Amino acid sequence: MLSDSEIRDLEQKAVAIRSTIIEMLVAAGSGHTAGPLGMADIFTALYFHVLKHDPKNPNWEDRDRVMLSNGHIVPVRYAAMAHAGYFPIEECLTLRKFGSRLQGHPEREKLPGVETTSGPLGSGLSQASGYAYAARMDPIREPSASNGAGGKKNTFRVFCVMSDGEHQEGNLWEAMLFAGKNKLSNLTAIIDRNNIQIDGMTENIMPLEPLREKYEAFNWHVLEVDGHNIAQFIAACDEADAIYEKPTVIIAHTIPGKGIKEIERDFRWHGKPPKPEEGKKFLDELRTMGGKISSEHQ
Amino acid sequence: MLNPDAKLVANIFEKPEMAPTRDGFGKGSVEAGKADLRVVVLSADLEESTRAEWFHKEFPDRYIEMGVAEQNMATVAAGMANYGKIPFITSYAAFSPGRNWEQIRTTIALNNVPVIICGMHAGVSVGPDGATHQMLEDMALMRSMPNMIVISPCDAEEARKATIAAAKVGKPVYMRFGREKTPVMTTADTPFEIGKSQIFWQPKGLTFSEPQQSHEKGLTFSRVVIFGTGPLTHNALLAAQQLEKENIEVMVVNVATIKPLDEKIIEIAKQAGAVVTVEEHQVNGGLGSAIAELLSKNAPLPIEMIGVQNQFGQSGQPAELIEHYGMGVSHILAAAKKAIARKS
Repeated sequence: MLSDSEIRDLEQKAVAIRSTIIEMLVAAGSGHTAGPLGMADIFTALYFHVLKHDPKNPNWEDRDRVMLSNGHIVPVRYAAMAHAGYFPIEECLTLRKFGSRLQGHPEREKLPGVETTSGPLGSGLSQASGYAYAARMDPIREPSASNGAGGKKNTFRVFCVMSDGEHQEGNLWEAMLFAGKNKLSNLTAIIDRNNIQIDGMTENIMPLEPLREKYEAFNWHVLEVDGHNIAQFIAACDEADAIYEKPTVIIAHTIPGKGIKEIERDFRWHGKPPKPEEGKKFLDELRTMGGKISSEHQ
Repeated sequence: MLNPDAKLVANIFEKPEMAPTRDGFGKGSVEAGKADLRVVVLSADLEESTRAEWFHKEFPDRYIEMGVAEQNMATVAAGMANYGKIPFITSYAAFSPGRNWEQIRTTIALNNVPVIICGMHAGVSVGPDGATHQMLEDMALMRSMPNMIVISPCDAEEARKATIAAAKVGKPVYMRFGREKTPVMTTADTPFEIGKSQIFWQPKGLTFSEPQQSHEKGLTFSRVVIFGTGPLTHNALLAAQQLEKENIEVMVVNVATIKPLDEKIIEIAKQAGAVVTVEEHQVNGGLGSAIAELLSKNAPLPIEMIGVQNQFGQSGQPAELIEHYGMGVSHILAAAKKAIARKS
């Protein structure tokens, strides 16, 4: 269990990550704003508490793997990775720029630690399932040689972060069937249930509810959390780790754009970045805790 | 004459052994599986007809049944390859890479992980199943994709070797196989290397003769090279046999790797001065297009393309479909003469 002060520290870290997200999107001049802000608490919890990882050794073979299926929210991942020490925070400002390792949608070979290439929706859960299946096949992990000698038991977990809107893709339901059939207990899926997608509200575009029952029907263990309650999310990850017979999905109810009042719950912020003057205003809002700390005003 | 270095079967023109190239995949996957524990085979509910069942019987723990879900099969395989496995994914080419092209593009090719996509039942020779199952666009789909190697074996033996080689190459690979029994032309000793083409038939003087020598022998200037891929290479050889009787110097090159294309093709084409391509695929985007792209940059020459001419197939017997869609021996003969006639 985390102490209250440890939770506070994580919450502060999430604010810093939100600030970085605003800065990088303003610098990029394009990209998605609402999703990354909405997932800042969860990515903070992952990179600063839940994950077994080593920012200085991104290819450490025992690390937990995070497959980001909805690649468009990658700014939150880049920001969390930078704050965790994978690369300098200043590099975040190269997002979407020519020659950058921080591609608009993540690419495995560009930046160590992103685990896989994604962007087109609905195929991250399959990749995570394949990875989890392969890891489970090896009671003793083979090194790179073909003889199977040596190595250790695979103990890492595979996480897959998905959006809610991408559940309209058929490929994802194929993956749900596969993971359920194969009881991939080393797989934990996390859904950013923020109810928006580019064209509007998910329930208007193509309804997903009852999402919990759908996963349960596919033989998944389902947890629902407040996606901005870090302690609750961490507890869910712990519970998911303890479930042996099924893959677990954590439906994280989030507010798109969380932390910036003007962006919150507005689907029009799904796919556009703040303009420079908006960015300044939003950073002020974050750094002054909504105007409470006037000395922070620049 | 047959190129002795190709070590082809002796009875290539007299009742050669017949076997479908998919059998070569079945054998090759088992051999690859024995050689490397990382090899796994995924099947989308077609293990008997894709021959994935041969691997299944040998290595039940490394065989994964995916159900009728080709998009998931490609992406699960991408995840497995990302982990360190060497997955072969098996289905009909019409469905994989037909249905799961984007998944292959993003999670295999761009992700650059070594998944081997095995498309069975390629071509009109699938026969009675009809146009829906006669995949004629697979090479075009996969050839346009960066990082992707594309292989189209000419017979079951070459398919076996290609399967083993694909497991070792460490890159994304697409391989196409046929349903129908076709002549086995190559032997265990026939060289195979990804990216290399192989001369199966050559003029009597090993290479194209100098023009004056041809005059001395009372031969014509006529010469042509036929680049074939897949089982239709046998038809190309039958055509070459006839062309030689008509004093036309001919070379038949088996182009098993469509991508990357063997650059040796440029020199051979220059020497021949006229080119015919032969494939059981749309002429748009397949071997013919690949060779035209290569030669237009390096040696613009008349090219006649044998293949399906921008149309879908239909139900029928394989042999009659091959004839109907213009891929028979007589069509190759006519194309060779037309290419020669177009020489300036």
